[in-house]
Amino acid sequence: MSAIPVEAEKKVTQPSDVVLDRAEALDLLYQMILIRRFEEKCAELYSAQKIRGFLHLYIGEEAVAVGIMKMLRPEDAVVATYREHGQALARGVPIGPVMAEMYGKQEGCSRGRGGSMHIFHKETRFYGGNAIVGGGLPLAVGFGLADQMRFDPHVTACFFGDGAVAEGEFHESMNLAVLWNLPVLFICENNLYGMGTALEYAESETDLAAKAASYRMEAESVDGMDILAVLKAAKRGVEWIRNGNGPYFIEACTYRFRAHSMFDAELYREKTEVETWKAQDPIERFSEMLREEGMMNDADLAAIEERVAREVAESVEFAEAGTWEPIEDLTRFVYSEPDPNRRV
Amino acid sequence: MTVNNVMTVEKPADQAVEMRTLTYREAVREAIREAMKRDERVFLMGEDVGHYGGCFAVSMGLLEEFGPARIRDTPLSESVFTGAGIGAALGGMLPIVEIMTVNFSLLAADQIINTAATLLHMSGGLFNVPVVIRMATGGGKQLAAQHSHALEGWYAHIPGIKVVVPATLEDARGMLWPALMDPDPVLIFEYSTLYNMKGELPVEPVAVDIDKAVVRRPGQDVSILTYGACLFKALKAAEELAEDGIDAEVVDLRVLRPLDDETIMRSLRKTHRAVIVDEGWRSGGISAEIATRIMEQGFYELDAPVARVCGVEVPMPYAKHLEDEALPQPHEIVAAVRETLG
Repeated sequence: MSAIPVEAEKKVTQPSDVVLDRAEALDLLYQMILIRRFEEKCAELYSAQKIRGFLHLYIGEEAVAVGIMKMLRPEDAVVATYREHGQALARGVPIGPVMAEMYGKQEGCSRGRGGSMHIFHKETRFYGGNAIVGGGLPLAVGFGLADQMRFDPHVTACFFGDGAVAEGEFHESMNLAVLWNLPVLFICENNLYGMGTALEYAESETDLAAKAASYRMEAESVDGMDILAVLKAAKRGVEWIRNGNGPYFIEACTYRFRAHSMFDAELYREKTEVETWKAQDPIERFSEMLREEGMMNDADLAAIEERVAREVAESVEFAEAGTWEPIEDLTRFVYSEPDPNRRV
Repeated sequence: MTVNNVMTVEKPADQAVEMRTLTYREAVREAIREAMKRDERVFLMGEDVGHYGGCFAVSMGLLEEFGPARIRDTPLSESVFTGAGIGAALGGMLPIVEIMTVNFSLLAADQIINTAATLLHMSGGLFNVPVVIRMATGGGKQLAAQHSHALEGWYAHIPGIKVVVPATLEDARGMLWPALMDPDPVLIFEYSTLYNMKGELPVEPVAVDIDKAVVRRPGQDVSILTYGACLFKALKAAEELAEDGIDAEVVDLRVLRPLDDETIMRSLRKTHRAVIVDEGWRSGGISAEIATRIMEQGFYELDAPVARVCGVEVPMPYAKHLEDEALPQPHEIVAAVRETLG
């Protein structure tokens, strides 16, 4: 969790203080709670066999996605992982279609073709939902390249886990993004385990920001359980990129409170370790902070919980009411369908 | 900005078409130049495409003409530059990714197969990937077992991508533009032994499609189904067979995915005999797929079992006499045809 010394703060022209008004702060808390309750409901629905396949819960890591997305603009792009329902909700992908996708219904945001690991959404430029570890990084480099060539002032936020750092695609992407000065924000969600293999069993150098920095990448490590720390890092990173300085790397040190997937018996980590990290619960920490600042009282929190409960329930209703895509449509979407209005 | 599917030239019928001589390599270069001039979203990216001029000298001079933003030298990182091509295509560009050889494309197989081929489907039709990936393929230059294989048939196994193999100069120049205009990923395979092939092409581009097989030599007695460098071996074999009064039809498949079943079956209904010639390995290769389709769709048209002339199942050897033996040769095609005719 040690932050490595970085020069980013010196170079960023704007100060990195994040000022939140009460409405903004409560909205961030609402988003984190929405992800938490949505995923708790998903786990329940998985046990009820409404959701099948893999289900990778983001519970515990909410501050990372919510903090990063807050600093993005609508026209920016997001490339996410297979643990991406939280990232999708934080980005503003509508909750009903996300839940319907978990069900495999055609009202799902990927028509039920993708499932929990492949959430896509055009309006928010949410490009998945990539379930090959490290596979999303080259894609993000390409978005950055397109933005650079088109002189579009966008940022592409690319999420991946600590496991991806062992993939060649991570290293190829770090190198090319810096070499070509591409506007990509790399967010490594370091939850200490690549599935069940602890970082120290997988990496000769466990300081991941140092790895990125070895490619002359501006890199920093933050406490991913502290949404304010994530917001500040995201602000520094986005400003760095928008000022034309090239890519930026954030290691967000975080922890998943749940198993890797619903098949995981969690034999590789001690319960005491999990409990230690749960004491750092990002929702609890932020709630406490807001109370101390006098920005939130019990009634505010109850209102958030009530709103979240309603929205999660509505998403389940939406998914339940959804329909199965006709079997005759099986081979659709392998190739584009003729569209006279399509502009390639 | 025009978005025709083909490069067309309309000329009055009585006007002579102006021709010029160029190589296959120059035809590919012309295709890239024309596409770059025609649409500013087009750019070329790959190993040594810029300052070196291309491993096979295809892109020689293009860096000077279009500059480093559009003729991009990449590190030896097949996965990221192929993935970046996919991302850039999603981001509104029309990238041409050049991979030196099909063997190297295996380092980018994750991006080609797990990303480019799947994105449209995984996203329920939301995101199509208009990327073009070109690569050299095939043996015959004594480059041994890591630079010589013909794996295009293997890529043709993958739903979600299109696989085209231009053999003629006309296709070498004409297939790139429709590939770029195609909304989905298109892999273009260029047989490296063809780069020096010379021929005549009209000065103005001629419309070419990337959908249909083409009969290169009409005949009555047997259908030789092939593509790529083997097309010319088949045409040579057909000439030799003609001396003995055997009239072979040579079909250039051109597109390995989706296969043009119609043209194959039409030829079969005429000749009732088929010999498939493919530089790829026999087991599980595209030749096996074509033979199966003939059995499924044209079994009762057959007067003889379908024959195959394929690459010998060995990693490509370096020594010339062994490499020659590992590749399909005209005399083997002649022998296979004679056998088929009984």
